[in-house]
Amino acid sequence: MTVAIDRATGKRRGDAPRPGLGRRLKHSYQKNWYAYAMIAPVVVVLGVLVIYPLVYGLYLTLTDANSLNTARTIGVNHIDATYKFIGLDNYADILWGPTAYDRFWSHFLWTVAWTALCVALHYTIGLGLALLLNQKLRGRTVYRLLLILPWAVPTFVTVFGWRFMLADSGIINAALDALHLPTPQWLEDTFWQRFAAIMVNTWCGVPFMMVSLLGGLQSIDGTLYEAAEMDGASAWQRFRYVTLPGLRTVSSTVVLLGIIWTFNQFAVIFLLFGNTAPDAQILVTWAYYLGFGQQPRDFAQSAAYGILLLAILIVFTSFYRRWLNRNEQQLAI
Amino acid sequence: MSTTTVETSAAVTKDSPAPAPGRVRRRGESSPLAALTSHGILIVASLVALFPVAWLVFLSLGPDKDDYLHPGRIWSKMTFDNYAFVLQHTNFFDWLTSSLIVSLGTTLLGVLVAATTGYAVSRMRFPGYRKFMWVLLVTQMFPVAVLMVPMYQIMADLQLIDTYLGLILVYCSTAVPYCAWLLKGYFDTIPFEIDEAGRVDGLSPFGTFFRLILPLAKPGLAVAAFYSFITAFGEVAFATTFMLDDQKYTLAVGLQSFVSEHDAQRNLMAATAVLIAIPVSAFFYLVQKNLVTGLTAGGTKG
Repeated sequence: MTVAIDRATGKRRGDAPRPGLGRRLKHSYQKNWYAYAMIAPVVVVLGVLVIYPLVYGLYLTLTDANSLNTARTIGVNHIDATYKFIGLDNYADILWGPTAYDRFWSHFLWTVAWTALCVALHYTIGLGLALLLNQKLRGRTVYRLLLILPWAVPTFVTVFGWRFMLADSGIINAALDALHLPTPQWLEDTFWQRFAAIMVNTWCGVPFMMVSLLGGLQSIDGTLYEAAEMDGASAWQRFRYVTLPGLRTVSSTVVLLGIIWTFNQFAVIFLLFGNTAPDAQILVTWAYYLGFGQQPRDFAQSAAYGILLLAILIVFTSFYRRWLNRNEQQLAI
Repeated sequence: MSTTTVETSAAVTKDSPAPAPGRVRRRGESSPLAALTSHGILIVASLVALFPVAWLVFLSLGPDKDDYLHPGRIWSKMTFDNYAFVLQHTNFFDWLTSSLIVSLGTTLLGVLVAATTGYAVSRMRFPGYRKFMWVLLVTQMFPVAVLMVPMYQIMADLQLIDTYLGLILVYCSTAVPYCAWLLKGYFDTIPFEIDEAGRVDGLSPFGTFFRLILPLAKPGLAVAAFYSFITAFGEVAFATTFMLDDQKYTLAVGLQSFVSEHDAQRNLMAATAVLIAIPVSAFFYLVQKNLVTGLTAGGTKG
């Protein structure tokens, strides 16, 4: 038997007195076996592919595993794992060991700056373009199709396009030179690497924001604008008091998604710089570099970075949700 | 949601200035100057969006590997040689096959699993429901780095490194939670009464799901499938680490190999990039309207 729920209240229909534990378990099984059967595949998938690796990863962070002491097979010889348990030393070393600033905190600050700047740019540019596209305008469909092009072409393709353009004597520097402007070394100089990374990621991420916000704009009731206009609201006031509140649900969702995605953005920085730019690596790519980009591969530290990253995101998300709840907003996802 | 009902709603925007005295403008009409500004900004933005891709196409026509430094010379010697070379003398088709196997495998497995889950969480409240939804949400936040190392170890133990199945399973772990959320949003829009009618007419719970709900949810399933496909197709980190044999590279990995192996044959790389981009973008444009509707429906109704 399935449990039908009342959509309006989310509560089960009908009320029965609370029976004893054994009866309840049996009853619950009889009522819910079907739900559990439907969920079983995803529980298996998540359990095997997410929970188990996560637990295993947590364990690895408490060891000194690297590619020289883990179990491996060379030819026909099997070598057993020799790494040992070292407790929380990895975390201590990452957070306040010697040169911790260069290894963790500088990347951390850059990651925060990267996320904040990218999401702010995505959101403002996306909102601006969505507002422009939401007018009666000739050729609007054409603009829309052109503007989502960066989203349509896979990132790993477009990033290489940008690499050609940003190369030392590529088109961008040629153009800057023709205008007698300074020609920065986009792919070598740390500041300009960061600048270039933000620029490319902004270019890649705006279409998603634009399209989502455009959907939000179109679901705002047109009569609200009429009413505001009747009351003599200026264009800015209509934007501030009708458009922005109307977009609130969509905005809070896409901003959260944007933050998570940008924080975890691997492809842009990895493909733009490879292993050549240690200072422009955000935490995700830096963790990848530790685990797979160097010899010997430092599995334990890389996994520890991963766990720290996850912790940062979870703390941030719960604060974000609490902040939204305080403002009586619903997160849409 | 309503991406198709553009013309009717909300035509007044912030940049239509107050009407000039003496001339009455109707609602939704903006002054010529404002319209001109809008067009100007949109044209610039479109050019910015278009240029890197167009530049890639242009460079792919130049025959020498250093032509990207002297784009002016390409005009005089434009050729399709790069494309011919890529198609005939590289592993392009192997990579394409790998990409397709992995992406389609992920799509099939992911959507099947996600659909049953989405239906269960949409229709039933069972003990542990909230925790389960929270787990699905948190899985979205996993950085690549969290699972990469342990997965590599586990896959190595199971001999799944360098196999398609291994990569498919890894991708499912990211695609399934998102698709389950998306499909839950879609199933929520299908009225309860349909389930009840099916049950009254004597269908088993699974029968209701397969015979009534799945056919009704086709648009939602299409969006989920498309999302899984695109995610799997464009993924870089796992594919780079887990695929070792250059015949089994996916396109995302294969494209990188032009720079390292063949000492930066950028012309070939550009041609390959264009060859990849054309079918994928065409596909994207075909389904983009559904994608956007599905994303916002899944997003706003969850």
